[in-house]
Amino acid sequence: MDFLNAIILLLNFTILPALTYGSQLALGAMFVTLIYGVLRFANFATGDMMSFGTMFSVLLTYYFQSIGINFGILPTALLTIPFAVFMMIFYMLTIDKFVFSYYRIKKSPPVQLAMVSVGVMFVTQAIIRIIIGPSDRRFLDGEKFILKATEFKEMTGLNEGLTIKSTQIITVLVTIIVVSIMFWFLNKTKTGTSMRAYSDNEDLALLSGIDPKKVVLITWIIAGILATIGGILYGLDKSYRPFVYFNNMLPIFAAAIVGGIGNPYGAFLGGYVIAFAEIFLTYAYKKFFSYILPESLEPSSLVQLLSTDYKFAISFSILVIVLLFRPSGIFEGKKI
Amino acid sequence: MRRYSNVIAAYSIMLFLIILVGVFQSWSIALSILNYCLISAVMTIGANIQWGYAGLINFGIMGYTALGGLAVVLVSVAPVPEAWSAGGLSLIFCLLIICLITLLIKYLIKNKNIENKTFIISSVIISGIIILRFISAPAIESIESVDPAKTGFLGGLGLPVLLSWIVGGLFAAGVAFVVGKIALGLRADYLAIATLLIAEIIVSIIKHEDWLARGVKNVIGLKRPAPYEIDLQNSEWFINLVEKFNSTKLNMITSISERKDQLSQLVIDASSIYVKLCFSGLFLIVVVALLILTQRALYSPWGRKMRAIRDNEISASAMGKNVVKEHLLIFILGSAIVGLAGAMMVTNDGLFTPGSYRPMRYTFVIWVMVIVGGTGNNFGAILGGFAVWFLWVQAAPMSLFLINFFTANLPETNEIKIHLINSAPYFRFLIIGIGLLIIMRYRPQGILPEKIVKH
Repeated sequence: MDFLNAIILLLNFTILPALTYGSQLALGAMFVTLIYGVLRFANFATGDMMSFGTMFSVLLTYYFQSIGINFGILPTALLTIPFAVFMMIFYMLTIDKFVFSYYRIKKSPPVQLAMVSVGVMFVTQAIIRIIIGPSDRRFLDGEKFILKATEFKEMTGLNEGLTIKSTQIITVLVTIIVVSIMFWFLNKTKTGTSMRAYSDNEDLALLSGIDPKKVVLITWIIAGILATIGGILYGLDKSYRPFVYFNNMLPIFAAAIVGGIGNPYGAFLGGYVIAFAEIFLTYAYKKFFSYILPESLEPSSLVQLLSTDYKFAISFSILVIVLLFRPSGIFEGKKI
Repeated sequence: MRRYSNVIAAYSIMLFLIILVGVFQSWSIALSILNYCLISAVMTIGANIQWGYAGLINFGIMGYTALGGLAVVLVSVAPVPEAWSAGGLSLIFCLLIICLITLLIKYLIKNKNIENKTFIISSVIISGIIILRFISAPAIESIESVDPAKTGFLGGLGLPVLLSWIVGGLFAAGVAFVVGKIALGLRADYLAIATLLIAEIIVSIIKHEDWLARGVKNVIGLKRPAPYEIDLQNSEWFINLVEKFNSTKLNMITSISERKDQLSQLVIDASSIYVKLCFSGLFLIVVVALLILTQRALYSPWGRKMRAIRDNEISASAMGKNVVKEHLLIFILGSAIVGLAGAMMVTNDGLFTPGSYRPMRYTFVIWVMVIVGGTGNNFGAILGGFAVWFLWVQAAPMSLFLINFFTANLPETNEIKIHLINSAPYFRFLIIGIGLLIIMRYRPQGILPEKIVKH
């Protein structure tokens, strides 16, 4: 019984949150890696682009609520995804046309493009703050819990409760759906193959008749879908605040690089590596040990490896270690 | 002289703008903008050395700035003897252990006859961390519980504050040495991200280690290299000086009590301006000294070597230049200058607030300064620091003015107008962003482009 209690404790406080957070990071990291692989620059506007898509979802959710549309037990925000994605793609293509395409055609070095993306970052930040303001917003409605701790305790008779929030399940399910469609698209369709070819060797791809404009267009469309959905899932699970999204760029970058930048499989797994490391290293294991160890051995301290203040620092330290020993990331694999 | 005509023109416009602020807003605001412009200029000189001379991207600027600020606290604040006696010894012991672990790892890496090297090294590190936690945890707890509302940290050395500027540079240089050893082998955009993340780590350590510099509880009332306003207001010579300066204005007032009130008001205003002027003078000395040094370095054989490495690393190394060593050197030099700027900034503010170092935001502002001003040109970098900081500060009032101008026809209760007026502070991001995009597109070399002097 104690052993089961310990497992449930871990599941409730570490594994489920890590899985959720990891999915959100994974979507963002795939967005970064896609831009890096095909368009060949580190996009510093990542966090703000995710925030931009989420902003539309928040505004539309408020609008839908005001005219009385809802999605039953599911959050209304899920209904707004298609519209938000559309707006996001429109914004990205506009930015690409007026800003990035010039440097792409000129074949500027990646560093210059990264600097330009800093400019885009500032502009996007300004637009977001002017439209919706910098404050914290919650836009989750519908059923909040699938399983409550008390219900679980009654059901099983264990000491520890297991809480499953609906956002956790939604995040994981949506991530699985989006990611599998994306991998299917990249591997099985002709357009996806042409994208991989373009990313592997631009010259050869152009020689074999692949239309670069189409590849860029498709890349921005997929990027828009990933960024918006990742942003909305994060916002539903926690809350929507532009500055937090801006800061989330760092763990997302860390996930993309740890996984091997330019490699979507790596990015997907990198998100989970970062999330699990952050949560497992900062969790206080005192209660866990009190269940599995005999009473005489029970720890007196919190058994916390690092204080939660260093949450971000952990992912960055992992990144630094990975960069030191395997600059190409943990999962090299196939390049997109 | 003609060679420098555009430099002189650009600087006079900048000076004119600051004087305009002085005339229309107040001289105190103008001087504080000028001081921050000078500090930004020092930072951009540092970033420009790395990016303009050697093509290294360092997005870790805020980390080094925070280290410079930390140096001010550690050097100038008076020591807290109770805290030292509570846990100082065990912390020194911890420091010794860290040195020992580093030496041990260095020995292990150098020694070639050991099998399972990675395993041994990682086990040394992990056991070292566990031992450190065991020794330091009680010491830190007892230090932080010494009068936590006022101190709760070890304090500094109680030395003059100007010394801390040098120490700030040294701190930053030391950390830059370690970071450079780790990260400099990376490709340009990886280096950018790695340095950004390392800066975030540095700032989060300074923020959360309360025994070091009180963390987010802030250290206030730091020493100053300039006199205090309150002392000035009470000193005879200063009041006489103000009276002399404003004698015509004061003589117009006939009643004695009114004259006295007026005089005391003028003295209060003048004292804040006087203090800011002292800071401006100090900062100006630093900027000019750095400018002369960097300018001489740029046109020396060493500067030519750096440019050769920047423009073509492979051919430079084929000519026998040690690219790795030069990159490390320039990374350290640039970071040290940024650390100096950080110390100057904290001295100017008189308080150390680790919570305000946001690597994500202000780093990019400094980079915009370097790129807008002109990469590889020191005059350009300084100009960029001035121009962008000026915009950053004055963007909100300017955009408020523009909003009011364009929506003048709308009634006061119009929702769009109210919303726009409330979001006026965010227009600075828009202005900076669009400015950067325009410069990158139409004048990628910056306002004052790099000049290569042919010999």
